[in-house]
Amino acid sequence: MKVLVAVKRVVDYNVKVRVKADNSGVDLANVKMSMNPFCEIAVEEAVRLKEKGVASEIVVVSVGPASAQEQLRTALALGADRAILVEAADELNSLAVAKALKAVVDKEQPQLVILGKQAIDSDNNQTGQMLAALTGFAQGTFASKVEVAGDKVNVTREIDGGLQTVALNLPAIVTTDLRLNEPRYASLPNIMKAKKKPLETVTPDALGVSIASTNKTLKVEAPAARSAGIKVKSVAELVEKLKNEAKVI
Amino acid sequence: MTILVVAEHENGAVAPATLNTVAAAAKIGGDIHVLLAGQNVGGVAESAAKIAGVAKVLVADNAAYAHALPENVAPLVVELAKGYSHVLAPATTNGKNILPRVAALLDVDQISEIISVESADTFKRPIYAGNAIATVQSSAAVKVITVRTTGFDAVAAEGGSAAVEAVAAAHDAGKSAFVGEELAKSDRPELTAAKIVVSGGRGMGNGDNFKHLYALADKLGAAVGASRAAVDAGFVPNDMQVGQTGKIVAPQLYIAVGISGAIQHLAGMKDSKVIVAINKDEEAPIFQVADYGLVADLFEAVPELEKLV
Repeated sequence: MKVLVAVKRVVDYNVKVRVKADNSGVDLANVKMSMNPFCEIAVEEAVRLKEKGVASEIVVVSVGPASAQEQLRTALALGADRAILVEAADELNSLAVAKALKAVVDKEQPQLVILGKQAIDSDNNQTGQMLAALTGFAQGTFASKVEVAGDKVNVTREIDGGLQTVALNLPAIVTTDLRLNEPRYASLPNIMKAKKKPLETVTPDALGVSIASTNKTLKVEAPAARSAGIKVKSVAELVEKLKNEAKVI
Repeated sequence: MTILVVAEHENGAVAPATLNTVAAAAKIGGDIHVLLAGQNVGGVAESAAKIAGVAKVLVADNAAYAHALPENVAPLVVELAKGYSHVLAPATTNGKNILPRVAALLDVDQISEIISVESADTFKRPIYAGNAIATVQSSAAVKVITVRTTGFDAVAAEGGSAAVEAVAAAHDAGKSAFVGEELAKSDRPELTAAKIVVSGGRGMGNGDNFKHLYALADKLGAAVGASRAAVDAGFVPNDMQVGQTGKIVAPQLYIAVGISGAIQHLAGMKDSKVIVAINKDEEAPIFQVADYGLVADLFEAVPELEKLV
């Protein structure tokens, strides 16, 4: 079966971001960008499905700026077969991304679509669920185990109290949680080979997708800073401070 | 203006997260209706009707809504949503699973994990793992929002007297089925609702050493959490993880033991009132957010702390 994987270019997870002085957003100029960590897990899962003989083709798609080609090439180096870039302005809202992905799903007809559970920049945790709604597919969010069995996929999900397993009819949408797998690194020969794999670029207009949004970001601020704390010398002093100064125990 | 709150419930009771969500709805203003979808939820409906400030409880009692499968619950919420100005749910795994599906079916953008209500259409929410706070305005006819429960003080669970109304609609998409679940057992307070949280990280060394934290937690009446490193190393189950990808907590006291303080962990606990860090590495980033830091070997400090409290 064909597997579609969505990946997003985001600020690298190790970067401590800074809010712009005019409160219009965070400063991303000259900041290291990477593939969203949850998307790496999604690519890895698709590659493992292919290695098991479950998946026959892996198509990786990104909705974002031209520079997102870098992340698509990374996915190709990890084992995806071909890539599609829906070239659009930066910072689209989740619904617009879901609509663009829906158009790609209509065209490619995958049996399984794998996304990360959330992007570490917007922290929305929406796109997979929205794509499931738009396509009418079942959804297995926050997956820590994925097993394709015939015309169904069993997904074990990380929920608040523990784990839950659901059986979904294919085609289905899966979003990855951190413990689904350990993503591999791309080897140098594979990075070279990935340069020759096909990468198609389309626009939302060509897909007939509106990127209008009902949300508007008015401003972005730095969070309130915590006042500096103190270092105590002993456990006894710590207990004394917690009892008498902070009054929390 | 009428607000629909999608209730979270478990084991025949309304979950505490629902009370924080009703509090957020009260800040928006207007009548508050609570939707209770599930199977055999009659008893829960009675307790939901007592929540302070709730005008009406809608009960959708149907086998299709057992286990809150989003394929079935989302169409129900969408059908009801047309009469409301706002649809709110707590940002629990259930709320996060169902609400974006509702938003897309309504063709509106969702606002995730709000931490404050500025006005009926403007909200604040953290982005970039809590390193920036965005103010977002929605022009949607129905505003679909998940609520970060630690951002709002819970309303009283008693004192209200809402009307209870049955909703007949049964949506069974037939696309998904519940297979089973494996819930972690614990008699300590729930992590997200606890007043005190004691968390361990990679520095604990192994799962067995968490017994030091359990002993301390039991003495303090605290919940026990963990960093991702501790979960990935297999010391403790993943539902104990505090952080950007785990649970968000904001207790009165957070004690971080053997946790370095990576950005992703801080995102889950930096709104705690008082933070204590116990770590032998005095350069650990956790000390930059800790109110009280103790540079010490946790295997000596934690048992001593347990004795003294």
